[in-house]
Amino acid sequence: MQLSREALLRAYRQMKVIREFEERLHVDIQTGEIAGFTHLYCGQEAVAVGVCEHLSVEDKIVSTHRGHGHCLAKGCDVNGMMKEIWGSREGLCKGKGGSMHIADVDKGMLGANGIVGAGAPIAVGAGIAAKIDGKGHVAITFSGDGACNQGTTFEAMNMAVVTKAATIFVFENNHYSEHTGFEYAVGTNKDIASRAEAFGMKVWRGDGTDFFSVYETMREVLDYVRVPGNGPAAVEFDTERFFGHFEGDPQRYRGPGELDRIREMRDCLKNFRKSVIDAGLLEHADIDALDAEVLEAIEESVRQAKAADRPTAEDVLTDVYISY
Amino acid sequence: MAKMMYRDAVVSTIAEEMARDENVVCLGEDIVGGMGTPGGPEAIGGIWSTSTGLFGKFGADRVIDTPISESAIMGAAAGLALSGKRPIAELMFADFIGVSLDQIWNQLAKFRYMFGGKTKCPAVIRMAYGAGYNAAAQHSQAVHQILTGMPGLKVVMPTTPDDVKGLLRTAIRDDDPVIFLEHKALYGVKGEVSDDPDYMIPFGHARLSRAGQDVTIVSTGLLLGFCEAVADKLAAEGIGCDVIDLRTTSPLDEETILDSVEVTGRLIVVDEAPPRCSLGADICALVAEKAFASLKAPPLSVNPPHTPVPFARELETAYLPSVDKIEAAVRKVLSYR
Repeated sequence: MQLSREALLRAYRQMKVIREFEERLHVDIQTGEIAGFTHLYCGQEAVAVGVCEHLSVEDKIVSTHRGHGHCLAKGCDVNGMMKEIWGSREGLCKGKGGSMHIADVDKGMLGANGIVGAGAPIAVGAGIAAKIDGKGHVAITFSGDGACNQGTTFEAMNMAVVTKAATIFVFENNHYSEHTGFEYAVGTNKDIASRAEAFGMKVWRGDGTDFFSVYETMREVLDYVRVPGNGPAAVEFDTERFFGHFEGDPQRYRGPGELDRIREMRDCLKNFRKSVIDAGLLEHADIDALDAEVLEAIEESVRQAKAADRPTAEDVLTDVYISY
Repeated sequence: MAKMMYRDAVVSTIAEEMARDENVVCLGEDIVGGMGTPGGPEAIGGIWSTSTGLFGKFGADRVIDTPISESAIMGAAAGLALSGKRPIAELMFADFIGVSLDQIWNQLAKFRYMFGGKTKCPAVIRMAYGAGYNAAAQHSQAVHQILTGMPGLKVVMPTTPDDVKGLLRTAIRDDDPVIFLEHKALYGVKGEVSDDPDYMIPFGHARLSRAGQDVTIVSTGLLLGFCEAVADKLAAEGIGCDVIDLRTTSPLDEETILDSVEVTGRLIVVDEAPPRCSLGADICALVAEKAFASLKAPPLSVNPPHTPVPFARELETAYLPSVDKIEAAVRKVLSYR
């Protein structure tokens, strides 16, 4: 562990923000006040944060339908996101995107994406741009064990290798593509990274429920991809999804006691706390203080979202084109 | 003014804009041609000769020869555009939108709106379309009706080499995603083109290629020439046709069409795509709605039939709107009193 106290506190806080953001959405969605489809990232926080803590605003990420965690980890404003999900015109995308389309291009966040597998080709383009600019920046696409079965992902992997794009394919295996197990749907012997390897990429693997595993693995991946001329790389993180595919999913596909077990054994926040306390790096009080601060920040974001301006019928017509 | 072929207008405009702005990059299948072969880069060049010489001038970073991966090409264009570049992506045949449509339709076209207007997406997607090569059902289609119906895209259909110059430059400098449809049967057509390095034709401004008082004929692309031939023939009989070249189907120059129909009272739309939910149907509906009082005859659309594009010469000829079919349509609307 090479992280400073400040870096540890920041990483924990980022993960906790995602956790509480999602836990709160899970509650508020059930009141019916939030419209549309919502896919929660809870359980996978260590991946988003372990990746994005290495990145600058010049580095780009492309996310998925389960994108809140990536957005928050890349620096999207918590209040702007909550307002967006509540459909306010003060939201990050003026209430036109919603949960599945949150983006903040100025922060290097090129969009959550409602189409499974659509992100990888976009990250190839961003990775080619990074290669052309030659400043060691990278583009990262997050894909799940669902998106890894899309042809677009295969095309993107090959094109990234051929064009030597500075693109990193981060595969988050949360074991379920929608309601289907990866042991059924991923035809390469339960292994996603080997696909990237077959396309000619250097690959890494890590524990997506352990922030330190993700963070240290990504350090190696980024050290490699930031070298001009090395081209793309891929990494697979084994992780857990604490909620259903979408909010309202009855999750009848889960095994007995599965959710309790993964919440107990595979919770990246609990794992983080244990690691840093055992190693004497932080005290319980440090973490408890962050927990309280984050809860209040999320409460405040909900207060703001509920009070924020609603969009009007005129807003439907703007932002289609720059000029037409 | 210089005389050049339609295809040369494409490549020269791209070269001029790449020289002017280092953020302009090209990508597509075989746009260099010969990569990874004994013949070496540019052994062939793009199959339409619309990228000839670009690789030598601008290098591999900016002229990116891609595998046959249309989704990845269109997605890469989207990612480049979001990352500050101005990509010009080539889809070798417009028919291949089928394998790349998500990246055009759900990504490029929608970013700005979904992201609340906080980004721009300056991508040009060039594609060769249209019949006339006996290339049959999967390499001959006119796809503009699919793309024109997609909010967020602009759709450009140049007819002349000069239009290619002025419209492609506008497309490359435009900050919205633009579909640039090049008719493959027009690539060899020669014409005068402007040599002004900043020559731009604004989108949504149709061109009146023939003027007359009796019938309005709206078209673009290969079939525009057929319409002009009909207009010239009928002029000898004292029948005057306004022939309107749309140049862009999105945005659509409604004003030029409506102004013309107010004078002529008769409308024919000549369209290379199949008839259902077509450009012809769209413009006939527009005129029926907004110029009803001016109409002296029902508006007519001349389209191919509701079939795939056939292969054999006789079949393809029968499929396409012809000079004779267009003339018959004009005479039909003239027969109404």
